[in-house]
Amino acid sequence: MDNKKNTIDRREFLRRLGAGAAVTAVAAAAGCGSRNNPVAGDRTAQGEIPTDKMTYRTNPKTGDRVSLLGYGCMRWPTVSKTSARDSSDEIDQEMVNRLVDYAIEHGVNYFDTSPAYCKGRSEHATGVALSRHPREKYFIATKLSNFAPETWSREASIAMYRNSFRELQVDYIDYLLLHGIGMGGMEALHGRYLDNGILDFLIDERKAGRIRNLGFSYHGDIEVFDYLLSRHDEIGWDFVQIQLNYVDWRHAKEVNTRNTDAEYLYGELVKRNIPAVIMEPLLGGRLARLNDFLMARLKQHRPDDSVASWAFRYAGSFPDVLTVLSGMTYMEHLQDNLRTYAPLEECTPEELELLEQTAQTMLRYPSVPCTACQYCMPCPYGLDIPSIFAHYNKCINEGNVPASSQDENYRSARRAFLVGYDRSVPRLRQADHCIGCNQCVPHCPQGINIPAQMRRIDDFVESLKRGAEF
Amino acid sequence: MLRKIRIAFATVCFASITLLFLDFTGTVHEWLGWLAKVQFLPALLATNFIVVGVLLVLTLIFGRVYCSVICPLGVMQDLFGAAGRRSKKNRYGYSPALSWLRYGMLVLFVASMAAGAGLVIHKLALIIAPYSAFGRIVSNLLAPLWQLGNNFLAYVAARIDSYAFYSVDVWIKSWATFATAVVTLVVIGILAWRNGRTWCNTVCPVGTVLGFFARFSLFRPVIDTSKCNSCGLCARNCKAACIDPKAHEIDYSRCVACMDCIDKCRHGAISYKRREIKRSAKAAAEPLPQQKAVATSVRPIAATDTPQHAASVQPNAEKGISRRKFLSITAMLAATAAAKAQEKKVDGGLAVIVDKKIPERQTRIVPAGAGSIRHFAAHCTGCQLCVSVCPNGVLRPSSGIEAFMQPEMSYERGYCRPECTKCSEVCPAGAIVRIGAAEKSSMQIGRAVWIKENCIPLTDGVECGNCARHCPSGAITMIPSDPSDDGSPKVPMVNTERCIGCGACENLCPARPFSAIYVEGNENHRTV
Repeated sequence: MDNKKNTIDRREFLRRLGAGAAVTAVAAAAGCGSRNNPVAGDRTAQGEIPTDKMTYRTNPKTGDRVSLLGYGCMRWPTVSKTSARDSSDEIDQEMVNRLVDYAIEHGVNYFDTSPAYCKGRSEHATGVALSRHPREKYFIATKLSNFAPETWSREASIAMYRNSFRELQVDYIDYLLLHGIGMGGMEALHGRYLDNGILDFLIDERKAGRIRNLGFSYHGDIEVFDYLLSRHDEIGWDFVQIQLNYVDWRHAKEVNTRNTDAEYLYGELVKRNIPAVIMEPLLGGRLARLNDFLMARLKQHRPDDSVASWAFRYAGSFPDVLTVLSGMTYMEHLQDNLRTYAPLEECTPEELELLEQTAQTMLRYPSVPCTACQYCMPCPYGLDIPSIFAHYNKCINEGNVPASSQDENYRSARRAFLVGYDRSVPRLRQADHCIGCNQCVPHCPQGINIPAQMRRIDDFVESLKRGAEF
Repeated sequence: MLRKIRIAFATVCFASITLLFLDFTGTVHEWLGWLAKVQFLPALLATNFIVVGVLLVLTLIFGRVYCSVICPLGVMQDLFGAAGRRSKKNRYGYSPALSWLRYGMLVLFVASMAAGAGLVIHKLALIIAPYSAFGRIVSNLLAPLWQLGNNFLAYVAARIDSYAFYSVDVWIKSWATFATAVVTLVVIGILAWRNGRTWCNTVCPVGTVLGFFARFSLFRPVIDTSKCNSCGLCARNCKAACIDPKAHEIDYSRCVACMDCIDKCRHGAISYKRREIKRSAKAAAEPLPQQKAVATSVRPIAATDTPQHAASVQPNAEKGISRRKFLSITAMLAATAAAKAQEKKVDGGLAVIVDKKIPERQTRIVPAGAGSIRHFAAHCTGCQLCVSVCPNGVLRPSSGIEAFMQPEMSYERGYCRPECTKCSEVCPAGAIVRIGAAEKSSMQIGRAVWIKENCIPLTDGVECGNCARHCPSGAITMIPSDPSDDGSPKVPMVNTERCIGCGACENLCPARPFSAIYVEGNENHRTV
């Protein structure tokens, strides 16, 4: 009884966060759908993370039982507590060890690294941490990251490959990937793997048992992806690593025009019975940082779960996914992800629909990362740039940026946006007065393309003013 | 009782029409817009013969109830008169009709309206047109106060996170028109204060026309000489100065059917009843509503109107009134919910913005729906209804002698948004004919002209193209200023065949105080 009361109170609180009436129905369905947590009434203690509940997927070829959570080793922590991907500071090996120990203890057994990660220091750190565990406890995935043209030669590529064994302190590699296929198109594929015979060399290495599974990771040009899959009968790809998340599933082109929808990529792999390894389940962290409105809506649905967990559950819900990689710098991220996958609770069709809506909304109206530092001001043409962004972001967060003119709250949202716009920014200082002179752009520490954002907001305001259908 | 009914109807009509001029959101017009369209002169100019016919028939039946109920200027005079009577009771008295003045004014009015819109005399005609005079008074003198009140509410609303009210710009749109409104108010106010309906019975052309028909009205107040003791109380309370107590006669051409005299008479000697028809034997043969006429002393006047005709219209008129009453009340309730936003002044770190100045246009711009400047000038009575309702700050009365008080457009405060057709919806006089948004967006009311000397890419050396970006008809293309150098600063090129003259380019041009692109009006509007 107490628990129930507690749940309702929180729901009420979240509703006040600005989620509005539209999601009330979702919220009503949510309360009872949370996981069977015996201490659901107590929010501070989410309970112990079970060590024996990890969801595993089976590799159809080798029969490996691979943990659904794969440890991405491209963001190991540094001594300065930042990620070694962004910082040149020394990697905090002690912390790496702790993370690896904790992960393995809780059932994680797939570690994905590359000679290129952490400015070239990832394989070493990973090797140091993993070598403290029995070899059969973990699977190593690394890559032949011969991106630089000077490493395109057969000798340099093989040297890089051999070096991975040393750094990782292993005598066989469980999963080896051609790294970043598609970047640079067919030309790079030829230069890196085909013309120098490296692909044949790797196939031989697989025969020799030093590579247990051979695959590739794909970014970019779809021609290369299709080409390599067309040679599947001859090469026999054991796995393929693709980018998959609830935005990229159907909206990859909207994020980046050179990308391809994950729906296609995954579908091609399923057709050929090739297991998929998933990268970018959080779309570079963006799916962990939704705007308040979208966040509140997800929270209403599953109050105990983190926003990131939705993206992980989404990726894990595809049956032919072998593992989902997450580059976890901090223990809290690791723990949160372990909770999500120990065990996985697959997304229901309603939840998939909710995530699709989330993707559409966030793509349509991404908030502007303006921090109101005022470096761009004064605009020579009189615009009040930070106030325009502040109003726009406020409206997004309050759910007053309708995704469609068919939205239930369209009329009130439209009024709130337009009336509030005139209140927050004098008419002569609004986005329609931006002439695109670009003088502000170099001043923005956030790298916001201010004129482009102004145009986007102006277009949106125009469609509201015209009452246009969208 | 009749007086109370008259006052009730008049109050509703007056309040509703006033609200029409105050409401800047356009919501009231959906409900009450017809009240402007049943005004006599606008209906006549709009060649709306149904309305004109109904009003004439109404007058033929009930007398000049139009002047007491429907005409807002008439009701306004009653308000002044009531204030005057408060200071001194029984202040009016009979005076003979100044027929030469009345008909002289009417002839002058008709002649000046016919003379052509360009002449000064036409402006004088517009000044005395009753409904328009009222519209100018409200929109110039009362509306700013109303808007300030609204802005206060918007200020409060902004502080409690409500979007119920938004603030609006309060500005004097034309000082000349403002002054005209003040003078009109003072003159009519003093006349009404002292002598009641002097204006209506000497100056007002509509009053004169309706007065002519009211002579023959079916129903009228009549004095029962058998009860009358010639005390003259009725005459001293007659704001139209039309009761001659000595002769027991009422001048029905001046009587505005206010019914005040009926209540004033202590002996019940005055009653509102059907006219007795003596001379027309033909009319007597017709079946008539059974009503016994007691009065005998009324001077009979030739009946040109057949009772049959009157009877056929009467039910319609009654129906019209009850519906009108219903709509008025509903709309008044709805109007209270209407509202808008507020400008917040931000200081620090903001560039100073110089106010735009009005460019000198060779041809003025009139709204889409007007068809041509000539049509517009001939029909517009300068009532300011379109000016009050324009949400973009585009319309304002002209101060020039050529189009004095008639609205014209300018784009310093906003531009004529393609989806907005408010002015055409409210115009009662047919000066702006109703136009759809689709039709409007292809109607060229003017065309953009580029002023090279002001253009920012050339003067400031930065990229711009704001005009091209915001042109709703895609009429502007940015082209390199130097044909031999593709990298030279890009300047706008206007495709006149696609330009509709909406003024988005002029309004959003960063060049100040004069835009680098402005709109020249078209004499004749045309579809592009």
